Amino acid sequence: MNQKAILYLALLAFGIAVPFMFPAYKLQISIMWILVVLSLTWDVQGGQMGYNTFGNIMFFGLGMYICSSFQIGIFFPLAEWTASGGEKTFIHTPTQFFQGFFIGIIFAGIIPALVAAIIGYGILGLRGHYFAICTLGLAIAAGELAGGIELVGAGQGMTSPPWPKNIGDTELRSEFFYYICFVLMISTFLFLRWAYTTRFGLVLNAIRDNEDKAEAMGINTMRYKISGWVVSAFFVGIAGGLMGNMIGYIEPVETAFAGRTFGVFMVVMAILGGKGTLWGPVIGAIAFHIFKEGFWTFFLGWQYVALGALIVIVVIFFPEGIMGWLREKYPDRFGEVIDEEDRKAQVELK
Amino acid sequence: MDFLIFQIPILMVQASIDGILLGILFALIAYGMALQWGVMNIINIAQGELVILGGYIAYFMYVIGIHPAFGIIVSPIIMYFVGWSLYKLVINRVVDRDLFISILATFGISILTQQLMNFAFGSDVVIAQSNFGTTMLFNYMVTIPNSKLFAAVVSIIFAILLVLYMRRSKLGRAIRATAQNPRAAKILGVDTEKVYAATFGINAALCGVAGSLIAITFTLHPYVGLPYTVRSFMIVIIAGLGNLPGVALSGMGLGVFEEFSDYIFGTEFRIAAVFLLLVFILVYRRFKLSRKREYLK
Amino acid sequence: MGAILQVDQVYKYFGGVKANENISMTVTQGSITGLIGPNGSGKTTLFNSIVGTHPIDKGSIKFEDKEVSALPVPAVAKLGLLRTFQQTRIYGKLNCIDNMRISAKPSRDNLFSVFSAIPNELNDKAEHLLSFVGLYQKRKLRAGDLSFGQQKLLELAMALMNEPKMLLLDEPTAGINPTLINGIINRLIKVNEEFGITLLVIEHNMRVIMSLAQHIFCLAHGQLIANGKPEQIKKDQRVIDAYLGVQ
Repeated sequence: MNQKAILYLALLAFGIAVPFMFPAYKLQISIMWILVVLSLTWDVQGGQMGYNTFGNIMFFGLGMYICSSFQIGIFFPLAEWTASGGEKTFIHTPTQFFQGFFIGIIFAGIIPALVAAIIGYGILGLRGHYFAICTLGLAIAAGELAGGIELVGAGQGMTSPPWPKNIGDTELRSEFFYYICFVLMISTFLFLRWAYTTRFGLVLNAIRDNEDKAEAMGINTMRYKISGWVVSAFFVGIAGGLMGNMIGYIEPVETAFAGRTFGVFMVVMAILGGKGTLWGPVIGAIAFHIFKEGFWTFFLGWQYVALGALIVIVVIFFPEGIMGWLREKYPDRFGEVIDEEDRKAQVELK
Repeated sequence: MDFLIFQIPILMVQASIDGILLGILFALIAYGMALQWGVMNIINIAQGELVILGGYIAYFMYVIGIHPAFGIIVSPIIMYFVGWSLYKLVINRVVDRDLFISILATFGISILTQQLMNFAFGSDVVIAQSNFGTTMLFNYMVTIPNSKLFAAVVSIIFAILLVLYMRRSKLGRAIRATAQNPRAAKILGVDTEKVYAATFGINAALCGVAGSLIAITFTLHPYVGLPYTVRSFMIVIIAGLGNLPGVALSGMGLGVFEEFSDYIFGTEFRIAAVFLLLVFILVYRRFKLSRKREYLK
Repeated sequence: MGAILQVDQVYKYFGGVKANENISMTVTQGSITGLIGPNGSGKTTLFNSIVGTHPIDKGSIKFEDKEVSALPVPAVAKLGLLRTFQQTRIYGKLNCIDNMRISAKPSRDNLFSVFSAIPNELNDKAEHLLSFVGLYQKRKLRAGDLSFGQQKLLELAMALMNEPKMLLLDEPTAGINPTLINGIINRLIKVNEEFGITLLVIEHNMRVIMSLAQHIFCLAHGQLIANGKPEQIKKDQRVIDAYLGVQ
C-alpha cells in the first residue's frame, strides 16, 4: 500500500517537474499526456466494455472545433474570423483569452458528451464488427462534413486564438498548456480509477464478457454503455479543445477528425499497453509516444508504413499487450490464486 | 425545390445511368468482400487499397504505352499473387480469431499500402485515358463515356465467370464447402489453408479487375481506398452473404444514390453521404431487429 | 399454494417451424417442476419465451399475475424470474467473486446509481454462496479458467446471488461429473426449501428429474403431451413413445 503511494507521488512529482527538467520537450510531453487521455478513454469502450470503436476521434474533433468556436465567438464574429486572414483583425486581450479558454474547454467537454448520449442509443445497440464499422463511418463522415461548413473555415480550417503576447513569451504559453494537459490526464486517470471500482466498472466488464448474460441477470446494459461513452466523449472532447489551442490551427481531416493519426493511435496504444486494464493504456501511450518520437525521424516519409506494420505486428503477435502479457506470466501477482483453506458451507440467506 | 436535378428531369436519367454503371463496379468489389467474409470470416478493410493498387497496375501500363484496357487481364493476375502473399504473410494469422483482429490488422495493411502507393505513383490524382469515346443519347442530352459501358460489361462477364468457376471447378466446390463448415471440410480432406489462400487471391484478383476499370473510367489516388471498402461492406450487409442478385441490385442502388446525392448535396459531400448512409442503414436495421429483441450478428 | 407462473396457450414459430404450439402450463409457488422432452421438442424455446429473449406469437405468460410476455429480458429478470443457460454463460475474464458481486441485485437501480459503490457485505454473501456450491477455494480465479462443470455451479451461485423468486434451470447436470450429480440434486432441493425459490428444471437425466421434481411437464414436437406426478409420467405411454420415437 505504501509502495503504491510512493509510486503515485513520484509520478506526480515527475509530471510537475517536467517543464523544468526537459524544457525543450514541453510540447512533446504535453501531447503525450493528451495521448494518455485518448488511450485511457478508448479503453473504456475497447478494453473494459469490449466495444471496439473507431469513432472516439469524432469527439476529439468536435471538442476542438467547439472550444475554439466558443473562444472566438463570444467576443468576435466567428464568420469573419474564419474568413481568409480574418484572425489578424481581432486580438484577444488576456482576460478575454482566459475567459474564452475556460468557457470553451467546458463546452468542449459537455457538447461531445451530449452528442454521445444522443447517438449512443442508436449506435451502441450494434455489436461487434458492426459497431466498429459504424463508428468508423461516423468519424469519417464527421470530418468530411466539417470540411464543408463555411462558418468554421470549411476545408481550409481555422486558427484558434493566439496566445496574448503582452502577458508573456511562448515559454509561458507552453508551460500553461503543459499543466492543463497534465491536470486533464490526472483527472481522467483518477476518475476512471474510481469509476472502475464502482458498479460501472464491473458492469462494463460483464458486458464485454457476455452481454446476453448481463441482460439475463437484469442489468440495463444500454444505460451503462451510454454512460461509458459519455464519459469518454467528455474527456476526449476536452483533450481535443486543448490540442486545438496548443497547435494553434484546426484542419478538418488532418488535426481535428484525424482518423489516420490520433484515431488509429488511440487504438494501437491501448492494445499495446494491454486493453481492459487501468495502467495498460497509460503504459501503452507512453511507450508508443516515445517510439514514435524517437524513431519517426528515422522513418522520414515512411511513417505510415512503419505505423501500419506496427499495427499488424501488435494485433497479430501481441493482442493482449504489455499488461496482458505480464498477467499471463505472473497470474498470482494479479490475485489469481487458489485458496487452499476451505470455508464451511454456511447458508444464511433470507 | 430549387435543386438543378428536379428542374431538369433529363439529369435524372443521366444520374441513373451513371449510377447503375458505377454500381455494377461496386457490386464486383462487394462480391469479393462477400466471398472472403463468407469463406474466411474476416472483414478486410484493405479491400479498397487492393482496388486502388489494381488500378495503378493499369495506370502503369498506360504510362509505359500499353492500352490500359489490357489491365483487366494483367491486373488480376498480378493481384492474385499479391493477395496470395498477403494471405501467407498476415491474413492466415487472423482467420480463426475475433473479427476485430482482422479489421484492425487489415486496417494496418491499408495504412501501409496507402503510403507505399504514394511513394510508387505519387500523390496526384491520375487517370488512364482509354480513348473509347462517348455515346450520346436523347438528342445529346445524356452522355455516357464508352469506357463506363465497357467497365460495366467487363464486370458482369467477370462476375459470371466467377460464378461458373465456383459451381463447376474442384477448387470452387472446395471453397463453397469450406464456407459452409470449415471443420467438416477439413475432416473430409479439403486443404482449408489452400482454400483460404485461393479465396483471398481470387478476391484480390477481383479487386484488380475493378481497379483497372476504375483507372480508365474514374480517377486514382493513393488515399481513396477506404470509401470502396465501406461501399462493399454496405452492399454486403444490405444483400446478405451469398446472395449474388442482391449484391448486384444493392450495388446499383448505391451507385444511383451517390449520383443523386452529388446533384442534391454537392460533390464535396459525396463521401460524407456514403458514410452517413452506412450509419443510417446499420442503425435502421438495429432498431428493426430490436423490436424482435434481436441484434445484428 | 397459488401459481407463480402461468403459461397460457403460447405459440412460437421460427419461420415455418412450429417451435411451441399451444403450450399451457402452471408452476406452483414454492415447487420444483420438471420440463422434459426429447431433443428439439421446444423446451429451451419455451424458456426463452418465458424470460423474454424473443417475443411470442400468441398466448400469454404471467409471472405472479403480471403479464411478462411483452417485457424485455432485463425487465423480466428484475421481477425475480431468472434463468441459467444450457451452454453456461459466465463472465470469463472476471474472477468468481466479481462474477458474484455483479450478479447481486443493486439496492437502487436508476441513472444515478450507475457509479454507485458495490457494498462490502456482498463479498461475504458471495463467499457464502461460493462455498455452498463448493467453489470457495477457486474464488480468486478467472471464471473462464474453471472447468465446464464448475462454471455450471458458478452460474447457479450467480443466480442465487440475485435472490430470485423463481429460477429456470436449463439442464443443470448436463456435462457434470456423475459423482457430483447427487450433490447437485441435494443443493437444488436446499435452494428450493431453504431459500424458498421456485424451480423449473429442464433435464434429460430421468433419474435426476424423477427424484427432484414434484410435477413434470413433457413436451414433444413443440406440443405439451403429458403432465403429472413423476410416477404417472414414468408410466405414461405417450411419453414413452415420444422418447423412443414410436409414431
